[in-house]
Amino acid sequence: MITYLQNNYPEVLSDLRQHVWLSLVPVLIGALLALPVGFLAVRRRSLYQPIVNLGGIIYSVPSLALFAVIPAVLGTGIVSPLNVVVGLSLYTFALLTRTVADALISVQGQATQAAFAMGFRPLRQLFGVELPMALPVLFAGLRVATVANISLVSVGALIGTGGLGNLFTGGFQLGFVEPIVVGIVLSMALAALCDVGLVLALRAMTPWTRTGARA
Amino acid sequence: MTLTPTPMINYLGYLFDGAHWHLGGDSSIPDRLLQHLAYTLVAVVLSALIALPIGLLIGHTNRGAFLAIGLGNLGRSLPTFGLVLLLVTEFGVYQWPVIVALVVLAVPPILVQTYAGIRSVDRSAVDAAIGMGMRPAQVLFKAELPMAMPLIIGGLRSALLQVTATATIAAYASFGGLGRLLIDGLSRNEYDQIFAGAVMVAVLAICLDYLSAGIERLVVSPGVREPRVRRGLLRRPRASRPATTGTT
Amino acid sequence: MITFDAVTKEFPGGSVAVDHLSLELPTGQITVFVGPSGCGKTTSLRMINRTIEPTSGTISIDGEDVTTQDAALLRRKIGYVIQNAGLFPHRTIADNIATVPLLNGVDKKQARQEAVELLTRVGLDESMARRYPSQLSGGQQQRVGVARALAADPPVMLMDEPFSAVDPIVRDDLQKEFLRLQSEIGKTIAFVTHDIDEAIKLGDNVAVLREGGHLAQLGTPQELLDHPADQFVADFVGRDRGFRALSFMTAADLETEPVTAYVDRQHDVRLVLDGDGRPAGWSVGGSPDLHALPATFTADDSLRLVTDLAITSPAGAAVRVDPDGVADGVVAHEAVARHLTSLRQGG
Repeated sequence: MITYLQNNYPEVLSDLRQHVWLSLVPVLIGALLALPVGFLAVRRRSLYQPIVNLGGIIYSVPSLALFAVIPAVLGTGIVSPLNVVVGLSLYTFALLTRTVADALISVQGQATQAAFAMGFRPLRQLFGVELPMALPVLFAGLRVATVANISLVSVGALIGTGGLGNLFTGGFQLGFVEPIVVGIVLSMALAALCDVGLVLALRAMTPWTRTGARA
Repeated sequence: MTLTPTPMINYLGYLFDGAHWHLGGDSSIPDRLLQHLAYTLVAVVLSALIALPIGLLIGHTNRGAFLAIGLGNLGRSLPTFGLVLLLVTEFGVYQWPVIVALVVLAVPPILVQTYAGIRSVDRSAVDAAIGMGMRPAQVLFKAELPMAMPLIIGGLRSALLQVTATATIAAYASFGGLGRLLIDGLSRNEYDQIFAGAVMVAVLAICLDYLSAGIERLVVSPGVREPRVRRGLLRRPRASRPATTGTT
Repeated sequence: MITFDAVTKEFPGGSVAVDHLSLELPTGQITVFVGPSGCGKTTSLRMINRTIEPTSGTISIDGEDVTTQDAALLRRKIGYVIQNAGLFPHRTIADNIATVPLLNGVDKKQARQEAVELLTRVGLDESMARRYPSQLSGGQQQRVGVARALAADPPVMLMDEPFSAVDPIVRDDLQKEFLRLQSEIGKTIAFVTHDIDEAIKLGDNVAVLREGGHLAQLGTPQELLDHPADQFVADFVGRDRGFRALSFMTAADLETEPVTAYVDRQHDVRLVLDGDGRPAGWSVGGSPDLHALPATFTADDSLRLVTDLAITSPAGAAVRVDPDGVADGVVAHEAVARHLTSLRQGG
């Protein structure tokens, strides 16, 4: 394993780099899109069920199918990184919309009613009160989405942009397990790193959760 | 990257070619569908047989919780595609390495959700059950299990989705199933075949999801179901069906 | 009858929850275990049905040591009601109630039928039988919990703070209903509460436990109020001891003034009666607007009620009525005080 790594360092590194941005950019895009839509699902509660259902349907579609169909819809070539980015953004969006909606619903309570009574306008209340309180739940969803994306990027190898997935297909075709193992280890390490990073980021953003609860 | 939009009609050719719908040929759509279903169900049933008892045990005794959660996290970060190819490269292009890979991927979500389900059960109801004179096994099967059902079924549904999707990709390793259409289509640049594969697989996944939702409604007691978010009434959603690695 | 004989419970780590507790819970009566947190009342209760096992000492029910029986079968013969009801959310109300009979092998249809009958017994409507616990309010759930405990008609019932988790108005209702029920069924009941008022209200006997699991006093509520064994008990029963004791004194011997004295009054406050002689209200200063009477009392009521009514009335007096609701006497609060003085002097 180590020898493989030593011999193929540059390729592995470039695969890794591609993997990183292919997995993280969609998380960002998906999250940014999920915020307003999730908020909408809470504001107009009649929209909650349809939005959640739609998200569920998108999420059920196997990734390869998504990656393969997007070119038809968008007119990009099959072999384009854009397919992976768009596909994973859609997934992240589908997953996080529900997370955002449920998180916002779960923080409704005394604090938000007090804010409303104090004269917060809806948008200010959203950003100043509700979202901060919802952060733990949101980050839980973010962690799941991020780790999922990191795993899914490798599927992109089947359409030519797979990041570490290239190690998988390459290894399979040549009959060597080493590249596959390296790819798996790196993928999991990346996932662990991002997970820890998100946990630390959450801690930093929510100082009130760090103080111990009174006995 | 070509940006010339290809007319939609090109994509529908494979789907609408009658020859592809005959049962009995090895490469017809219904055959692939059945293969896919078979692999999926076998893998899910096997992983359930493994994960359910372990999850129940860990949840009931609350020992080994660390194991359950750790396995869950591990399973989520394991790249599914990589695992399948690893086993096939190591052991050869047979069916059993793929099934093993599918089972390995499906066990964590079922295990974690079963454990979480049992832990989420109302402790006073369990106390009442014991206090009324139920024996330990009765407490588990008549009280804890039914109350844990929503989360357990949630885990099974996640696993089902996971396996359906991974089975698609396994076609790369010369596996059968609907993924075959996608893989072959991709290698030959036949857009219509790709499209057919994508549509069929998506439809299958969605149908299975809806079916399992229906089974959930049947199996889970109405008293334990998640309250719907109603107009004018904001209810705290209970621990809902989790997303694990989701689909691959 | 339940007997505790030098029962001790020591937890690993050294803490002693119950220390050589010996007492008798008489058959057919409600014995309340009351005391501050950590006094071992819940632990004592749970040792009766062996959900906690004693470290030493014996607990017997009607002479039989509880440890000699199969724990699960023992528990099926003991009704068990806990604080949050602990209903099974996945079963209908009827099936919840029928839990123990079904465990004992009773036919499903019959068990369900009996469950529905029990529903009415605890004051709920039959239509609730097919509902689920999540659809019921806290007070309703608690009633179902009691019905469930009664389903197998056990001679003994254990109740662990059953009414603590509901709001005061519901609690009051439940307590009244419970006393009514007990008067019908006469079970041997061990009841745990941290609320001394509840203990005095419900208990035939009250066992006050001290922190560390020691018995401070065992007696009737009256004894506790009149003769607390030591400072701890006196403090625990609280400062209103004297006032609370009035609840146990009858208004039957009170001297009353004639109703006419208050109807024909020339100065400020007059009692106004309706055509049948029932009190309609107090008229203050000749005004046609009447102060309604919050209630009236009968000869069966307690001095506590009379005093309260007298104090809150604009005339400083409470109105007594006969069984038909016709006013037949008025008592001013001075009269109550005089009555108490005469009682103290033994007259």
